[in-house]
Amino acid sequence: MSITRRHMLLLLPAAAVAWKYVLAGSPESSPNYTMSQHWWSMLIDLPKCIGCGNCVRACQSENDVPDGYFRTWVERYHRTDYDIENPHVDSPDGAKEGFPPTKEAGGENFFVPKLCNHCADSPCTQVCPVGATFISPDGVVLIDKTYCLGCRYCIQACPYGCRFLNPKTATAEKCTLCYHRITKGLTTACCEACPTGARQLADLKNPNDPIHEFLKTHSVQILKPYMATHAKVFYFGLDGSVR
Amino acid sequence: MHAFKDSGHIFRLVAVFVVGIILFLVIRGFLVPKSFGEYGHYRGNAMAEAAARPINFAGHETCETCHVDVLDKKKDGKHAHVNCEACHGPLAKHADDPASVQPAKLDTAVLCVKCHEANAAKPKSFPQVASADHSTGLACDTCHQPHSPAITDGGTK
Repeated sequence: MSITRRHMLLLLPAAAVAWKYVLAGSPESSPNYTMSQHWWSMLIDLPKCIGCGNCVRACQSENDVPDGYFRTWVERYHRTDYDIENPHVDSPDGAKEGFPPTKEAGGENFFVPKLCNHCADSPCTQVCPVGATFISPDGVVLIDKTYCLGCRYCIQACPYGCRFLNPKTATAEKCTLCYHRITKGLTTACCEACPTGARQLADLKNPNDPIHEFLKTHSVQILKPYMATHAKVFYFGLDGSVR
Repeated sequence: MHAFKDSGHIFRLVAVFVVGIILFLVIRGFLVPKSFGEYGHYRGNAMAEAAARPINFAGHETCETCHVDVLDKKKDGKHAHVNCEACHGPLAKHADDPASVQPAKLDTAVLCVKCHEANAAKPKSFPQVASADHSTGLACDTCHQPHSPAITDGGTK
């Protein structure tokens, strides 16, 4: 059957409607969740971190993170008493299988879990040329996979090295703060799997969240405060050598 | 109309521009998703799409609705605040369909050392052992009961 001019004229609006539907997608909204009522952050209680790597494994299984890439990882710091500026840092396979024994050679050894800091003034969202990455109204830095071109500007812009290019989809990827979980009232996979409570999801807009009591009674620090990113991952007990 | 004498080409150019701009706006109207700009310079639906991902970790509250007995064992022990899936792994599928999806039996000889193997970088207050000396290869649950691991007189608590 050949398409006549009449058929074509009928088909065009139908195609336009279909295309509109394709673009709109069919998102599944979470009931009982209002974005404007939350401002998500995370608390990392460093003296509790044992470097087991449970968070790394949990994140990879929850979010299908490809092998060799990490949305969260754990670093082991060794800093001597004489050179605080230049600590020795390692993170074998992102600490997915924990850490090999630490040599006792003076100075201090400790673990530092890292993840996206969900900055309130994030450099990564500012450089995106197409509006594929953004800060959601509830304070989570997210990536729109369908919009990302894979230009990697955001990967270079992140001062914390929290982004990577997914080799399968060729789009930028990062911690979503388990957006699919926190919007359902669950905590993140890493916090759920952390055996010592070193990681705690916190909602700064919830007046009953224990984070407020913690922030009142403890001195916390963020990573690279001089970058003015207004990071929302708070570290308690952070050593000055951590970058 | 002396001023517009010989200026027909300018009007034609303007007409081309106007047609071009209208075409641009029409195509743009079709190509830019409806939810773009709803909250900012991004697609508003992207958030709902991120939220639609299925979960893998059920969360300890879900586990506790059925496994009350384990909660009882844990509550006074050292592992009271360790969530179920920290050791048992992601089990949302088991929570959805407890009959057909059974969690794997854990091997304490490899599981426990992930946290408790001695390492100088771990906080000093955290209980650690050099497993080779401590148990000489025996599985930890030979002596310790994982849900409440402290050993008291007359066996595990």
